[in-house]
Amino acid sequence: MTITEKILAAHAGKEKVSPGELINARVDLVLANDITAPISIREFRKIGAKDVFDRDRIALIPDHFAPQKDIQAAEQCRMLRDFSREYDLGLYFEVGRMGVEHALLPEQGLVVPGDLVIGADSHTCTYGALGAFSTGVGSTDVASAMATGECWFRVPETMKFIYYGKLNRWVSGKDLILHTIGDIGVDGALYRAMEFEGEAISSLPMAGRLTMCNMAIEAGGKNGIIVPDVVTEEYVTGRAKREYTLYTSDNDASYVDVREYDCSRIPLTVSCPHLPSNTRPAEELSSIAIDQVVVGSCTNGRIEDMREAAEIIKGRKVSSNTRMIVIPATQQIYLEAVREGLAEIFVEAGAVFSTPTCGPCLGGHMGILAKGERAIATTNRNFVGRMGHPESEVYLSNPAVAAASAVLGRIATPGEVQ
Amino acid sequence: MKLKGRTWKFGDNIDTDAIIPARYLNTSDPAELAKHVMEDADRDFPSKVKEGDLIIAEANFGCGSSREHAPIAIKAAGIQAVVAKSFARIFYRNAFNIGLPIFESEEAAKKISEGDEIEIDASRGIIRNLSKKEEYRAKPIPPFMRELISAGGLIEWTKKRVRAS
Repeated sequence: MTITEKILAAHAGKEKVSPGELINARVDLVLANDITAPISIREFRKIGAKDVFDRDRIALIPDHFAPQKDIQAAEQCRMLRDFSREYDLGLYFEVGRMGVEHALLPEQGLVVPGDLVIGADSHTCTYGALGAFSTGVGSTDVASAMATGECWFRVPETMKFIYYGKLNRWVSGKDLILHTIGDIGVDGALYRAMEFEGEAISSLPMAGRLTMCNMAIEAGGKNGIIVPDVVTEEYVTGRAKREYTLYTSDNDASYVDVREYDCSRIPLTVSCPHLPSNTRPAEELSSIAIDQVVVGSCTNGRIEDMREAAEIIKGRKVSSNTRMIVIPATQQIYLEAVREGLAEIFVEAGAVFSTPTCGPCLGGHMGILAKGERAIATTNRNFVGRMGHPESEVYLSNPAVAAASAVLGRIATPGEVQ
Repeated sequence: MKLKGRTWKFGDNIDTDAIIPARYLNTSDPAELAKHVMEDADRDFPSKVKEGDLIIAEANFGCGSSREHAPIAIKAAGIQAVVAKSFARIFYRNAFNIGLPIFESEEAAKKISEGDEIEIDASRGIIRNLSKKEEYRAKPIPPFMRELISAGGLIEWTKKRVRAS
């Protein structure tokens, strides 16, 4: 079996599962945010359950339109707080203690290897980087799981992606995943598990792995996953709040497709409007002027991303034609960025350094695009209207390319500014 | 169950931001969401769509966000069903969970033109194009999804399980 099949089997109480099989499985953690939880709460009440299945395994995180951007958003956030109080939930995160959910939960050791996690947010697939099975579902799925601790799944077929060789300078997990989505398309892994491996993955730090698994959904994948290794163990040691299990894929596991990439040929990659699969080498896009740069999100809002952007921007200024918004994904990352002097570097450069929020990534707040404006962002989607006006545009990149673009006011590679 | 109505046609990769833009997600009220359904795919759609209409789309309908607001907005706008070549997986789950009928048919997605009158025989998975006098087959609905439909959606299905436990 593959690692995905083994985790699903273990949680369904079965010796073995096969692709296509429908199972009911136990979940280790259920999460929802200020946009999706209000529907989950409403639906949960309809079930008429006396209690939630486990008060310490339901995470409610106001992060999308929080800090509360308007009265309606505030009402939605209040529903999370009220429900958390009513059921005495252990994993409610108030503004000031919260973070972008998919950065916060691994950071706090609340998801661990071998877990089965569902979340009413499509980027729940992020935790595959820890060797967990995690996937996005709808609010009603979450409502049902809050009552029963279970969820139904169709066991996915697995596609294997092997990355050989070493990464070029400044090329990161973001470039690998954008390149891969460009190769297979936005439905290239539809309903499937995406298992990443190879020399470049073994040497990829956890931050880059989280970025890769985060964007499995942008290829239509059910989950992204990486078999745990020494990097995983180092990450979870001292962090994991629960016991964990390290699963591997068997040598004779079956894969529906195997894709191989030579990393020496993967360039700094940018997704052009309006699909993540519309990829081009960054160096071919130097004529594209940029109005706004966003560094942050569940995809690239971790401390490593902050450091990478700061390294490029240090001692330089954001172009007079451009605004730059830097959003550390959690309070802990924010604090580290302050202590390491990164916040100062960004502010000195003329950038905004914001409190954690999903904010502009989904066109919520804190950096919305006007008609005709163009952004480069380290986020995960560039659909029509994603960051604001339906006639605005979003390009996706890694933090170094985003920072270099901020300096030059056009899409640029780090080599052009350093 | 038979679903009959006029069709609206969309292309590949209609994402959930196009179905219901995030700028409207500070509410989950179905009637409010319906006012903006498909707005970023076709700005006039909310004013053109009528109760009982159907959506026909190409591949990967509903890709992107997990927002259940997307099928909710479609359902609340009075759209009876969505027929597509394929659906993104979270949208697929959500549609069954909330009771929005969806059908996968490559042939129907290809051959139906906007404005065609169609009739779907939901239990047999047959899509009749009354305008073109053609008939297409939808992929069979898996047994578990049928169970969800007959229970009246995931919440009703879960209710029974909670009561039985």
